[in-house]
Amino acid sequence: MSNKKIDIALSDQPLDIKAVMEAVNDGSAGAVDVFIGTVRNKTQERSVVRLEYEAYDSMAIKEMEKLAAETANKWPVAKIAIHHRKGTLYIGDIAVIIAVSTPHRQEAFEACKFTIDTLKQRVPIWKKEVFEDGETWVAAHP
Amino acid sequence: MQLNILLFGVTKEIVGEQRLKLELPQEASVSILLQSLKQNYPALENLESMLVAVNNEYSEQDQRLQESDEIAIIPPVSGG
Repeated sequence: MSNKKIDIALSDQPLDIKAVMEAVNDGSAGAVDVFIGTVRNKTQERSVVRLEYEAYDSMAIKEMEKLAAETANKWPVAKIAIHHRKGTLYIGDIAVIIAVSTPHRQEAFEACKFTIDTLKQRVPIWKKEVFEDGETWVAAHP
Repeated sequence: MQLNILLFGVTKEIVGEQRLKLELPQEASVSILLQSLKQNYPALENLESMLVAVNNEYSEQDQRLQESDEIAIIPPVSGG
């Protein structure tokens, strides 16, 4: 069992679900909620070939740490882990894993949802969708 | 003063560089920096949003910049 309350990773290597589960294992927790974000094969009926993730590493890690601390402030979090991938990902690959352990399940669900929703708004990571016939940076244009 | 600016995602593509040097008056603010960038690269106007990070923190529009700052342009993020 890890002593760290917050476990953050940003990696160009495949993410390890087991490592994330171990990071949030805690004797005081009766619930672990895990969110896994994966690469989908379609965006509005266009076939996706791959995604290219780019991060502003130093700030992304800092923002993920801040976000985890904010979640732990709002809910009775025993442990929280956020692992994000960067680089080139293909269909079915894991882009992000968030796990939160709490005494009871309701707060684990809420804390996990808040964390992924906020990550998508705030953490400086970008993905480019590469289609068979072109590519676009997601969310860049109105 | 000369500022060193980091670029990511779509802004990197628009500017065509990962890093940019920009000459601005001493203690220019974040909003002056954004104006200057949009003048030099009009395609940046089409972005849904463009924020500036100073030393790894999101900044306010009226924040003053210094040569020693690490400055990054943050187009709309899309992690997860």
